[in-house]
Amino acid sequence: MTKKMKRILLAAIAILPLHLCLAAPYQPGHDGQILERLPAAGSANRDLRQLRGQLAARPGQTELAVALAERYIARGKAEADPRDYGHAEGVLKNWLQLPEPPPNVLLLGALIKQHRHDFDGALLDLDKVLRRQPDNAQGWLTRAVILLVQARYRDALQSCAPLIDLDDTLLAGTCLAEANSLLGQAQKSYDFLREALADQPAAGSEQRQWTLAVLADIAARLGKVLDAEKHFAAAASIEQPNVYLFGAYADFLLDQRQPRKVLSLLRDKVRIDALFLRIALAKQQLGGSNLDQAVGELGARFAASRMRGENLHQGDEARFMLHLLHKPEEALRLAKANWQAQREAKDARILLEAAVAAHDPEAAKPVLELLAATGMEHPQLRQLAAQIRQMP
Amino acid sequence: MLFRLILYLLILAYTPMLHAHKASDSYLTLQAAGERIDGRWDIALRDLDYALGLDGDDNGEITWGEVRGRRAAVFDYALSHLHITGGKQACALQPGDYLIDTHTDGAYSVLMFTAACGAALSNITVDYSLLFDLDPQHRGLLRVEYGQATHTAVLGPAHPRQLIELAEARSGAAFWQYLQEGVWHIWLGYDHILFLLSLLFPAVLIRHNRIWLPAEQFRPVLFEVVKIVTAFTVAHSLTLSLATLGVIALPSRWVESAIAASVVLAALNNVYPLISKRLWLVAFGFGLIHGLGFANVLKDLGLPNNMLVLALLAFNLGVETGQLAIVSAFLPAAFLCRRNWGYRRLLVDAGSVLIVLIALVWLTERAMNTQLVDWAFLFE
Repeated sequence: MTKKMKRILLAAIAILPLHLCLAAPYQPGHDGQILERLPAAGSANRDLRQLRGQLAARPGQTELAVALAERYIARGKAEADPRDYGHAEGVLKNWLQLPEPPPNVLLLGALIKQHRHDFDGALLDLDKVLRRQPDNAQGWLTRAVILLVQARYRDALQSCAPLIDLDDTLLAGTCLAEANSLLGQAQKSYDFLREALADQPAAGSEQRQWTLAVLADIAARLGKVLDAEKHFAAAASIEQPNVYLFGAYADFLLDQRQPRKVLSLLRDKVRIDALFLRIALAKQQLGGSNLDQAVGELGARFAASRMRGENLHQGDEARFMLHLLHKPEEALRLAKANWQAQREAKDARILLEAAVAAHDPEAAKPVLELLAATGMEHPQLRQLAAQIRQMP
Repeated sequence: MLFRLILYLLILAYTPMLHAHKASDSYLTLQAAGERIDGRWDIALRDLDYALGLDGDDNGEITWGEVRGRRAAVFDYALSHLHITGGKQACALQPGDYLIDTHTDGAYSVLMFTAACGAALSNITVDYSLLFDLDPQHRGLLRVEYGQATHTAVLGPAHPRQLIELAEARSGAAFWQYLQEGVWHIWLGYDHILFLLSLLFPAVLIRHNRIWLPAEQFRPVLFEVVKIVTAFTVAHSLTLSLATLGVIALPSRWVESAIAASVVLAALNNVYPLISKRLWLVAFGFGLIHGLGFANVLKDLGLPNNMLVLALLAFNLGVETGQLAIVSAFLPAAFLCRRNWGYRRLLVDAGSVLIVLIALVWLTERAMNTQLVDWAFLFE
């Protein structure tokens, strides 16, 4: 069997919901056999269980429910485990069903919706929160982040602005710098944010991490590869890096063709589909022999999530289709659907890449328009856009 | 060979060592047949732990011992969150095997169960509420298998109940399937084709003073053929329906032998004509027997109880369609060639003799329940 045939076979099998058709249930051999390891074993899990117990004893306690839901969301953010968000929603269910949920519940509800990519729903909830609590910094910040994902940079700037009077300046500065950097002000934003970070040595670790991640992203777009690498590494060294940071760092390393660094960065992140995709792409760069298994596994995961009628991963799935399965048309379909929900630079990039591969310059139009309207600095996007303009 | 090996390795590879993070799903498969449903329900151990606390020693690891020890509680919990109704009647759920399987996001307990619904199922309603109170993002991925058909649905808090019309949803497909089976049966049932041809051979001729003369006009010929085919059709439809509905039942060996005998007699009648008028009566009489033969085929195919009549009708229509195709191919050709010496000598006389011989072999084979000729080899 030729290598190509093997690839095709693998690809065909990868898109089947294999775990259903090949599933063979069994009876484990002995009682001691470990079937499943629970996430965050030990004290963290026990704390959560204790809180759950307290809430079960006093089910009406809003503060208790909010505290528990916050814990789940924090873990969900770190581990990108959708079950955590589901559990948070379950804890808050009774309050979310009220005609006017308390603002702190509504805010968490917005975070849960954001995770589900229900961005418009989350924005509506946030507007309700902010009408009642105009000084809710978390509310303005979450709103700005969602608007950035929707490529509504000017709206995002307006959502960053109230933060200036509310919280520490680094939070507001990072928010403003990120939005401005996407509006053709990359160099200015970078210089400003570097200074702002240097001025705030006492900033909290989570804040520093976010600021460093934004600096790294801007530096990469300005072609300052060494600075970007330095910022990424600094951000990742701070405790509990989130999936977003890992994904951005891995993409940067893939662009620098440093697959080994990707593999070591994401060593224990195979559970997370988005990061497992980066692992597979790194294996592809290395030309290793175990790529096929990773491709098959990824395909099964995408199929499993499709079965529940979910399309949260269309951007990643498009990259999977294009770069690992070499199916440009499928990839373009997914990238276009993804663009309807998410419009970050990485979403723009896969749409352009798929449009180039599928020889469909028309599909790239929304991204070309965005680039023209914003003046965004992004060498890879600009290069792809030039390629598309030269297409017949 | 290599292909198989790769496939096998792939299957092994799919017992995922690296479990993914995934939103909570359960996989509920129901196989409906008659009054009974066989169920298989895969529920993640993580979800069961969240709901029931499986990790007894709280060490973050769930062992088979911990899962096995909670069998009754798990079944109670799961089955109390699932209501299946067949028609208007609630089905009683009975726990069965308790196993383990692996999905992309980890180990699942596999709950096997049966549901007794008390009446033949024409539709089922699945009312699902597992885990919705604890995780509104939980989804029940329902799969209902019924005969050849499969229905799937995603059940969530906003859509916890699914009605599945077993008959209706499938009737279109079933009709088409049985229609095709009917056509195929005529095409592949050489005994029916030869019987029909034996009756049709002399249709374009007129028996006069013990010799065959070509018919002068097409209209009487067509009329004769229509009479024969209609008689055959009415007769076999009658017995096919009666046998399928269980009103009459004859051993298939008798029926098959009688069909072979009918072919012998019909062909022999062309060589030594005993009956040259009212051939339609012959067609009707033997048609009754052929209908019983069709019924046996239909029984082998398996009929859905809840749309017996539909399938019967479709199969019958299929048989007619196949028959009509043969007649409309045969009749114009035969009419054109009827004056030709070859038609009478080669086809009607020699052809009929050949048919008699073949049918005699069939008759012997079927009556004695042996095989004299390797037909499959012959027709390859």
